[in-house]
Amino acid sequence: MISQLSWKIGGQQGEGVESTDRIFSTALNRLGYYLYGYRHFSSRIKGGHTNNKIRISTKPIRAISDDLDILVAFDQESIDLNVHELRSGGVIVADAKFNPVVPEGNDARLFAVPITAIAEELGASLMKNMVASGASWGLLGLPLEVFNQALEEEFGRKGPAVVEKNVEAARRGAEFVLEQAGGPLNEFQLGPADGKQKLFMIGNDAMGLGALAAGCRIMAAYPITPASEIMEYLIKRLPKFGGTVIQTEDEIAAITMAIGANYGGVRAMTASAGPGLSLKTEAIGLAGMTETPIVIVNTQRGGPSTGLPTKQEQSDLNAMIYATHGEIPKIVIAPSSIEECFYDMIEAFNLTEKYQVPVIVLTDLQLSLGKQSCEMLDYEQIVIDRGKLVNDLPPLEEHKQFKRYELTEDGISPRVIPGEKGGLHHVTGVEHDETGRPSESSVNRKNMMDKRLNKLNGLHITNAIHVDAPHEQPDLLLVGMGSTGGTIDEARTKLEAEGIKTNHITVRQIYPFPADLFAPHAERAQAIVVIENNATGQLADQIKLNVGFGEKTRRINKYDGTPFLPSELYKQSKELV
Amino acid sequence: MATFKEFRNNVKPNWCPGCGDFSIQAAIQRAAANVGLEPEQLAVVSGIGCSGRISGYINAYGFHSIHGRALPIAQGLKLANRDLTVIASGGDGDGFAIGMGHTVHAIRRNVNITYIVMDNQIYGLTKGQTSPRSAVGFKTKSTPEGAIESTLSPLEIAMASGATFVAQSFSSDLKQLTSLIEEGIKHEGFSFINVFSPCVTFNKINTYDWFKENIINLNTVENYDSSNRIMAMTKLMESGGMITGLIYQDKTRKSYENQVVGFRPEPLAKQNLQISPTDFEKLVAEFK
Repeated sequence: MISQLSWKIGGQQGEGVESTDRIFSTALNRLGYYLYGYRHFSSRIKGGHTNNKIRISTKPIRAISDDLDILVAFDQESIDLNVHELRSGGVIVADAKFNPVVPEGNDARLFAVPITAIAEELGASLMKNMVASGASWGLLGLPLEVFNQALEEEFGRKGPAVVEKNVEAARRGAEFVLEQAGGPLNEFQLGPADGKQKLFMIGNDAMGLGALAAGCRIMAAYPITPASEIMEYLIKRLPKFGGTVIQTEDEIAAITMAIGANYGGVRAMTASAGPGLSLKTEAIGLAGMTETPIVIVNTQRGGPSTGLPTKQEQSDLNAMIYATHGEIPKIVIAPSSIEECFYDMIEAFNLTEKYQVPVIVLTDLQLSLGKQSCEMLDYEQIVIDRGKLVNDLPPLEEHKQFKRYELTEDGISPRVIPGEKGGLHHVTGVEHDETGRPSESSVNRKNMMDKRLNKLNGLHITNAIHVDAPHEQPDLLLVGMGSTGGTIDEARTKLEAEGIKTNHITVRQIYPFPADLFAPHAERAQAIVVIENNATGQLADQIKLNVGFGEKTRRINKYDGTPFLPSELYKQSKELV
Repeated sequence: MATFKEFRNNVKPNWCPGCGDFSIQAAIQRAAANVGLEPEQLAVVSGIGCSGRISGYINAYGFHSIHGRALPIAQGLKLANRDLTVIASGGDGDGFAIGMGHTVHAIRRNVNITYIVMDNQIYGLTKGQTSPRSAVGFKTKSTPEGAIESTLSPLEIAMASGATFVAQSFSSDLKQLTSLIEEGIKHEGFSFINVFSPCVTFNKINTYDWFKENIINLNTVENYDSSNRIMAMTKLMESGGMITGLIYQDKTRKSYENQVVGFRPEPLAKQNLQISPTDFEKLVAEFK
């Protein structure tokens, strides 16, 4: 019995790679296994090599694996491009149609299954995804009923005949491969899962669900990779709750419409990626200046400009921290797990209304699109806090306005939803006085700047940093954010086994940087190693700027468009001891 | 019921004496009172430029936003609270240059708001540069040899974008303007009202007298039918856009809000945010 294995399917984009993965992994999730997925895809609709890899484990995992056990190939290109990942003795399940060949010097075992032929015999070449996933399922020796149940749910609405055909396709795929292999392969027999029920989702779905739970009822957005799934999730679910998604004419309309809706008293958001965020920056300043709540999701991808739209990167940190001209208060938080994608949206909406500042939720492509197991989400943690929202105000005296920007001790002023009789006021992106009327007075200017900029003094959100610090004086303090946490932990396990003492911090509150929480951990470490999917070390720069310790800070950067592998981090971290 | 005086505040506009914008402000205040609004039921969202200041001169909820973006903010506000009457306002630079994309798409979308453009054919607040509405040959600080780009025809663009309410007026004709704004507020859907608002400081060509001489009031046009799309388009092209009155209205198309699936009659802003445990369980079950 093994505790984990990795499976990959490759083919041309648009020929069923996604659906094969979906059926196979949904069934695995039902059995209670922990899953972590990685999609390799390109910015085109059809054609071009694409592959999906999933890691299957009996224990929680949050990283892609270094190697591969089973490769399912729809074409020779998928074998040629991915065979190097196969561990010694790994397996290739390939469509017999293209006369698959194992490249010289590789000891992979090849099972040529008539994937297309079986599908065509059953009446639809599309069903080759079922034959392929059935064959994979068979090799693992897992109960076919669970797999059939997943098919029932996927195709049930198309009628029993369709379900039956797909079940048959999967069965024949399994049968064929098992005949060749002489039964399920012993080295692929996974131990039993922990039996806990889990969810299986991408970060973008988790954020969509989180937004819905947070009471977000309007999303205005413009399609962009890798953020579109959030709007697609919400457009299907919001109508039941009275809300809607508006696909706007551009990114600027998306954020300004969401600002208008927030001003109107609805929790509203927008989501985009690098190019979209660049366009939104003037409006972020408007929200900061008018103290209008707004939640903005940035699902980072490879930059700059159009960059690598379908690849992993974490290079928008600076752009988000400094987004907009002038100086405004702003919160940037970076969820680091699928669960946090959900909970952080609730927190983001609470923070934006509590502090009346723009809140940016920063994910990266791997966290947004990598499908993975998620612990059951807790309804009790859905707490909605609307901050200083007031109503039922006394009537105003003639020519008097509600003090929307009243100078208060904490800098946060009462906010009223338009429509309230005693709440009439003006808001403007021009510097303004307490009632929101334009003012160029120097005294007022200073008061208002101080009021806004001091709102976030000493801000510590819950779990501003995640700390795993078993060592009083570690050799290395490994620091990361977003999707890299799981990979860092796997590298640590290897380092610790060699006697290298490591602590690990995941920064969740990116801005304002929680320097006071971070500093004691930095102080105690021999060296600080900041691990980021960008070229220049933007998080390392923030740490240096806010905490110091530049002389003992080291950087590990990867900016080739792919996520870190545990082996890479292990090797590079070790060199820094 | 509020009178138009209750829509006044004691803020002195920073417009030049004689500016057309004063009358537009007065017309909005009068129209609001005439349709029976209370100040708290009205929100004026404006862009940037001389015209953008208007949201600060009316006793109502006001949002003075950023250049060219009054329309998306106004639409977001209306979707949040459909009980509010929302008027978006700005100049020709705001609506037809930097914000043109929003203008066209707001017209297509047909959210139930009123958009009043204060069209003076020049950039005033930046002290006299050409606008998309400037005539060819018009000399400004940025076109010292005369503008060489063709003049934009906003009303034809509105028609081509599927507008359901298109009107034009002249700031001197307070009566017509007030009545058109009232009609615009009452119209279900996006109402677009372009208003000639002479800039007395930087535009010495398109003056009050020039407009008086060159515009045709549709009231004087026999058998003009504002429900006839082809007639509207023909008249606009024939006159080079120099007509005032209600040019086109389509009363059959529903507003955006009334077409959105699941959108309820009561304002979103007043609805309960908390989802029930049962609903949450269903949402979560999709991922099992």
